[in-house]
Amino acid sequence: MDTHDIIKPENLVYGKSKVLTDTVMHYCPGCTHGVVHKIIAEVIEEMDIQDRTIGVCPVGCAVFAYKYIDIDWQQAAHGRAPALATATKRLYPDKYVFTYQGDGDLASIGTAEIIHACNRGENIVVIFINNAIYGMTGGQMAPTTLLGMKTATTPYGRKAELNGYPLKITELVAQLEGTCYVTRQSAQNPASVRKAKKAIRKAFENTTQRKGTSFIEIVAACNSNWKMAPVKANKWMEENMFPFYPLGDLKDR
Amino acid sequence: MAEKLLKKGNEAIALAAIRYGVDGYFGYPITPQSEVMETLMEEMPWETTGMVVLQAESETSSINMLYGGACCGKKVMTSSSSPGISLMCEGISYMAGSELPCLVVNVTRGGPGLGTIQPSQGDYFQAVKGGGHGDYKTIVLAPASVQEMYDFVGTGFDLAFKYRMPAMILSDGAIGQMMEKVELRPQVQRLTDKEIAKKYGDWATTGKSGRKANFISSLALEARDMEQINLRLQSKYRIIEETEVLFEKHLCDDAEYLLVAFGSSARICESTVEMARSKGIRMGLLRPITLFPFPTRIIQAMLPQLKGIMSVELSAGQMVEDIRLAVNGAVPVEFFGKMGGIVFSPEEVLNAFTAKFNL
Repeated sequence: MDTHDIIKPENLVYGKSKVLTDTVMHYCPGCTHGVVHKIIAEVIEEMDIQDRTIGVCPVGCAVFAYKYIDIDWQQAAHGRAPALATATKRLYPDKYVFTYQGDGDLASIGTAEIIHACNRGENIVVIFINNAIYGMTGGQMAPTTLLGMKTATTPYGRKAELNGYPLKITELVAQLEGTCYVTRQSAQNPASVRKAKKAIRKAFENTTQRKGTSFIEIVAACNSNWKMAPVKANKWMEENMFPFYPLGDLKDR
Repeated sequence: MAEKLLKKGNEAIALAAIRYGVDGYFGYPITPQSEVMETLMEEMPWETTGMVVLQAESETSSINMLYGGACCGKKVMTSSSSPGISLMCEGISYMAGSELPCLVVNVTRGGPGLGTIQPSQGDYFQAVKGGGHGDYKTIVLAPASVQEMYDFVGTGFDLAFKYRMPAMILSDGAIGQMMEKVELRPQVQRLTDKEIAKKYGDWATTGKSGRKANFISSLALEARDMEQINLRLQSKYRIIEETEVLFEKHLCDDAEYLLVAFGSSARICESTVEMARSKGIRMGLLRPITLFPFPTRIIQAMLPQLKGIMSVELSAGQMVEDIRLAVNGAVPVEFFGKMGGIVFSPEEVLNAFTAKFNL
């Protein structure tokens, strides 16, 4: 049996989601963004909501998310995605509205917006990519940077007395009455990708039931700014990030 | 018969928003304009027209809610006062860059900083020259009565959607707080998505249905692309300068001297003109209604008959710079103003005028 015999529609076991465009992603090899984009596109396709979904992308590496997921997108100012999503969902209660934000965007400059959108219980999905560093600006300290972690602005490692503590914003939003589903996931291997996809699907389904805000943190790797090869970055993430940011559901009601 | 009510300027803004079929109001309390949101909450338009009214956690958030709502092609507005507008300038710049329509109402107070809650016109530069970062403009309407507060909601939205850019009503604490008779206009129905697309084009993020995906952003990393965006914005502003100037002249036909004033200053200056005329001084008043576009040509056309101009503002002198640019040295241009929430009387304006022109 040669290749020609194998490549037939009936033998197809996996295909790229139709909701993903053919544009080559600008993300670094080993970056988690591409995997999460794929998961979101698959969920949108499987739920058949491409024509009813509006995404709000952040400032950060995912500012170009609109190039890859073939839906209507709004590009927010740094940190303000939850404010845009709030108005969009309230003006279009029947659409699926989600924000896609990094740790600097969501947990630093946009802290007020995310806390209050979650506290109002906006019926939106929040996808929060936490790689503990500013990616696009070149690897500066993020609010979620671990103690001791070296970044461009903590060249000798993050020190609590100088830089404060890493912010567990997901634990914080889980305390708010407005959130219905708060979970922390990862996407570094097939099993975690399956779990993350299940969580994202559940979050999108929640919004139609007017249950409140669904918040999904994805603990992610930024191998370029961590200055590690992709495989090593994932291993470092498992050994260092997961103990401080434990995976699993924080809230589900 | 037309419905007439006795209302505050701020209340008129709220009633106009409902009657004009506005889709969403997002705001944050600040004196002297809090009655706008209070009136909307009392009126509960979500039960009648379906209008969304939401108290945001900050002015930063309310302007970004406008950004989201405007991305959806909806008529969205906010109101605030000077310090709050400063916070909104980032968002206004984004909306100008993304070519999104919206209406921002600034019921100004004295600054800088936290300043005072008394009326001021010290936000002229911020409103007219941009305020936020980058080369952009907003259409700026300056009401001088409660009726104009009401009517400029509709005018502002019409212009904002016509040119796909933010429009601002630059009012002040005096116009916002004073009560006057206001005639309500007939209820305008809110537009459906299809009507919006037909009227203004199919650019909004309404969900990708039967068309290519829409994407709204002010980002263009390539300098050549960003240059094109800037050139497009500037050509739009030139068209607006050619076609959308609004102004009012008071006793200008035979005037040798001209006062230029907007908003509540213009109301005071009307009395000054009467007083000057009773003393035999041929004075007129030009009231710019649009501050951008500025009535540059209107002033230039009057120059042959004029001996002098005085700009009268509740500020250290801001609009006077635009007048001087228009006049370009052809006649003397003087300035009189008060700052920090102090309002001048018609007599004070006249005394300043006679002193400056040795009359």
